[in-house]
Amino acid sequence: MCTVCGCGEGETRLEGQAMPAATKNAPHAHDHHHHDHHHHHHGHGEAGVSVPGLEPSRLVKIEQDILSKNDQYAARNRAFFTEKKIFALNLVSSPGSGKTTLLTQTLQDLQKNYEIAVIEGDQQTANDAERIRETGVPAVQINTGKGCHLDAHMVGHAIEDLAPAPQSLIFIENVGNLVCPAAFDLGEAHKVAILSITEGEDKPLKYPNMFAAADVMLLNKMDLLPYVPFDVEKCEAMARKINPNILIFRVSALSGEGLEAWYKWIAAKAK
Amino acid sequence: MHEMALASHMLAIITEQAETQNYDKVLRVCLEIGIFSDVEPEAMRFCFEAVTRDSLAENAVLEIERPLGQGWCMDCAQTVEMSDRLGSCPACGSAKVQITGGDQMRIKELEVA
Ligand SMILES: Nc1nc2c(ncn2[C@@H]2O[C@H](COP(=O)(O)OP(=O)(O)OP(=O)(O)O)[C@@H](O)[C@H]2O)c(=O)[nH]1
Ligand SMILES: [Mg+2]
Ligand SMILES: [Zn+2]
Repeated sequence: MCTVCGCGEGETRLEGQAMPAATKNAPHAHDHHHHDHHHHHHGHGEAGVSVPGLEPSRLVKIEQDILSKNDQYAARNRAFFTEKKIFALNLVSSPGSGKTTLLTQTLQDLQKNYEIAVIEGDQQTANDAERIRETGVPAVQINTGKGCHLDAHMVGHAIEDLAPAPQSLIFIENVGNLVCPAAFDLGEAHKVAILSITEGEDKPLKYPNMFAAADVMLLNKMDLLPYVPFDVEKCEAMARKINPNILIFRVSALSGEGLEAWYKWIAAKAK
Repeated sequence: MHEMALASHMLAIITEQAETQNYDKVLRVCLEIGIFSDVEPEAMRFCFEAVTRDSLAENAVLEIERPLGQGWCMDCAQTVEMSDRLGSCPACGSAKVQITGGDQMRIKELEVA
């Protein structure tokens, strides 16, 4: 078992299987370092106070981000995407804001123009990957078990499984959660936050890290605006308070309203 | 935040560094967790204790520093310390402050034997 990535341990499942052991050459190929507990000799001329009868202790500088491992995997995924000219988006939102519905609609409208593949993250079930495959687009399902986010290592395995074509689009649907996925870089070009208008307009202020990490916000379920008290301008102002550069599209995955602008943005970016 | 995942990542880093920095027991771990990061220090302690059981960092003391964040005040054109993501500039009171830092999660140093 490996504490770095959970390979061979934990509950992460790729298409229902335990995550495969790491292989070299893969986009995420990793060199797990398993530490054997040899006996180290030290204490000679090193800083630290010597306590009689005890080994002297000393301070060692680490200065590493806790997520530095994840960031290394993310960098490998990103290098793979760059090399293959693949445009990858990481879709994040609270549960039920419409990620899968938005994706299936987007796939139906864009698959004539692009090769597309989808990585689906959920704690349990393969339902969302099945919904994606019904559109004819290949998808792999990652089940994170108790995990509340995808990480770059899992995504590396999924990419290996999908073997995406050069110049394709990859959509990653993250686990529905507005907190944890903000901290985990997957190697994507952009995080896209989806906020549905039934969730309340102050979501950007309640979950600022997610809206700070996202480059795009899709305000979904606009078709419901007549039925819910929701101040669109106020919500957008709050998102811009957190992130002045965030790009906002008002859409309805159900009615198709506003999706053209989202597609145009993808087309401009995926060049 | 998923403190369990963070704690496992910490143990991985500590274990990896044991070889290069020549130690086999970790007594204390000093973290810097920015005030704007979504980490719950108590949950972090709990998870760290759980993942380090039977490891080189078993029973290590976790010290968590929570430094203030930084923001760029557009009115006084300087970097200022921020304690609230939505707060105003501590120097001039302006509300036009863009947060530039404060969500870092770092291992600073270890006390080892
Ligand atoms: N009225 C309306 N309903 C929508 C829209 N988009 C999604 N829904 C509905 O919202 C519910 C949740 O949609 P999903 O696409 O499954 O949401 P999700 O974000 O993928 O959910 P999780 O994967 O469980 O986090 C479904 O009942 C959808 O039919 C929309 O634009 N308008
Ligand atoms: Mg879904
Ligand atoms: Zn100021």
